[in-house]
Amino acid sequence: MRIRLGLFAMAACLIAGSAAAQSVPAPPGNDDCLACHGDADSKRPDGRPIAVDAKRFDTSIHGALGCVDCHADAGRERPHPDKLATAACGSCHEDVAGKYHDSMHAWAKEKAGLVGAPACADCHGKHDIAAKSDKTSRVYRDRIPATCGACHAGVVEKYDAGVHAAAVKHGTANAPVCIDCHNTHAITRTDTDKWRLAVTAECGTCHAKVVASFRRTFHGKVTELGFSRVAACADCHGAHDILPAANAASKVSKARLVETCGTCHPGANEKFVQYDPHPNPSDYSRGAAMWWANRFYWLLIPGCFGFFGLHSALWYWRTKRDGERS
Amino acid sequence: MTSATLQPPVPGAPAAAAPDTAALPPAIIDDHAHVARFDRPTRLLHVVVMTTFLGLSATGMPLLFSDAWWARLLATLFGGFHGAGLVHRTFGAVLLAAVAGHVGHVLYRTFVRREKGLLWGPTSMVPQPKDAVDLYMQLKWFAGRGPRPRIEHFAYWEKFDYWAVLWGTALMGAAGLVLWFPVAASRVLPGWMFNVALFVHGAEASLAIGFIFVVHFFNGHLRPGKFPMDMAIFTGSVATGELRDERAAEFARLSRTGAIDALRVPPPTAAALRRGRIVGTLGLTLGIALILLIFYAVAGGLAL
Repeated sequence: MRIRLGLFAMAACLIAGSAAAQSVPAPPGNDDCLACHGDADSKRPDGRPIAVDAKRFDTSIHGALGCVDCHADAGRERPHPDKLATAACGSCHEDVAGKYHDSMHAWAKEKAGLVGAPACADCHGKHDIAAKSDKTSRVYRDRIPATCGACHAGVVEKYDAGVHAAAVKHGTANAPVCIDCHNTHAITRTDTDKWRLAVTAECGTCHAKVVASFRRTFHGKVTELGFSRVAACADCHGAHDILPAANAASKVSKARLVETCGTCHPGANEKFVQYDPHPNPSDYSRGAAMWWANRFYWLLIPGCFGFFGLHSALWYWRTKRDGERS
Repeated sequence: MTSATLQPPVPGAPAAAAPDTAALPPAIIDDHAHVARFDRPTRLLHVVVMTTFLGLSATGMPLLFSDAWWARLLATLFGGFHGAGLVHRTFGAVLLAAVAGHVGHVLYRTFVRREKGLLWGPTSMVPQPKDAVDLYMQLKWFAGRGPRPRIEHFAYWEKFDYWAVLWGTALMGAAGLVLWFPVAASRVLPGWMFNVALFVHGAEASLAIGFIFVVHFFNGHLRPGKFPMDMAIFTGSVATGELRDERAAEFARLSRTGAIDALRVPPPTAAALRRGRIVGTLGLTLGIALILLIFYAVAGGLAL
């Protein structure tokens, strides 16, 4: 009886041991995964396709990676659990994941529970991820409006009608797409003072002279100071629907200026809108009065300070030499 | 207390003042006796202009130098753009009212009360031919080629300050009102006048701030002989000896006509002096602090 018990215990140990050895198998190679997922018709019991296009994956930017590099939980046991975790892009792309995590998109998805809010794969794709320099990539510059427009269809419709989309289509280098103003991963709310003020600087990265002239105005100075109660670029020009002033539909066209200025200055009239929101005192063609005022003060200020500066200096020198009551 | 107010007259020092002073009995040149110089409305006007000017500078500079590191800090001190704007417009309205009141007062005294000497003459603020001569003599004195000019009631540099404030307030006030009420202004003015108004407001402000906090401070208060400040504008009177040395022509005229007797006042009380020193020190300190911020911003701008 004792011997039989001992044999039983030994057998139990062996079985248990081999079972333990079986629970940490070597991670499956991509071919192992493709044994199931390579079949184009393979589906989960609930009918959702689980096929992976091996050719697309091999040519993708992640082609050299193993399946388990992203789907770590698929390598721990076989067969793997029905529900795997979302690929952890952040385990490699730590910096980008951090930015995304603080973004409006992550907030909508993770905190507000908005099912349509995007995570990495929604913009970058899954097994077909291509470099942003690759023309087929969803995040290739020219394709970005379409990628964002998958959700923000109404915005892209306006954008497509505007000058910036026209410039992109025309092939203008660095013509802005969504991410140039809104950022890529660190997308924030657009109704905060911080964003409204920062986007002016963004306009200035291309329109440097225009922003410099804007900075000469009351609007420009108040916004530069960090207060956003006054007009910045988008308040007059629009955001997505920016049109050239020559276009009658533009917010800054002659036909619409009274209406546009009137949104902040109720009662603004035809005379009011003769205001130059982008003055340049050294450009005579933009306004003779400004040019003359500039000339006048360029003589008056150095003249006054020069004369009285010298007057004071000489006075000091003379009294120091001759005594205070000389 | 400046040396001029305490020390007995230096024998034989000012060659230019000698002929007038030598003929006068010593009692008149008593440094402890004072002569009235600024009446109460004038002193009040100076304090109002000084206070509002400092307030307007401090609340306007954040916009004028909006790219300076201290700009936002200074604006935040007044409750941000909104608060600073409110303070700026309030001070602006007070300054405009004060200057308008002053002009009205001068016109009233001249045309209703028929006072003489306000619009022309030795005691007038209006530049006289003598001012050109004084300037020429002053420059010659700087060069060591002559005596100091014998100054009358107001020196040419004081008249310049006065007219600069009057002209500056009128111009900046007008421009400020256009910027304050642009829609109302646009009923009569074209919109590009807003551009001109902002430019002129800023340029004139640079001129005024620089002029007051450097030139006026030096000429009126900080120069040797006055340092650290001239108390006359705060106490209202000037020591007889100081008047004789600083304004030889006025002293001679007052002595000759005997008008000086009517102007004799007791020296300012210790309390009046203390009050004046506190107000003056505050003004000078704040003004110099503001001008240093501007120097910092301008130097930074030049370095970039």
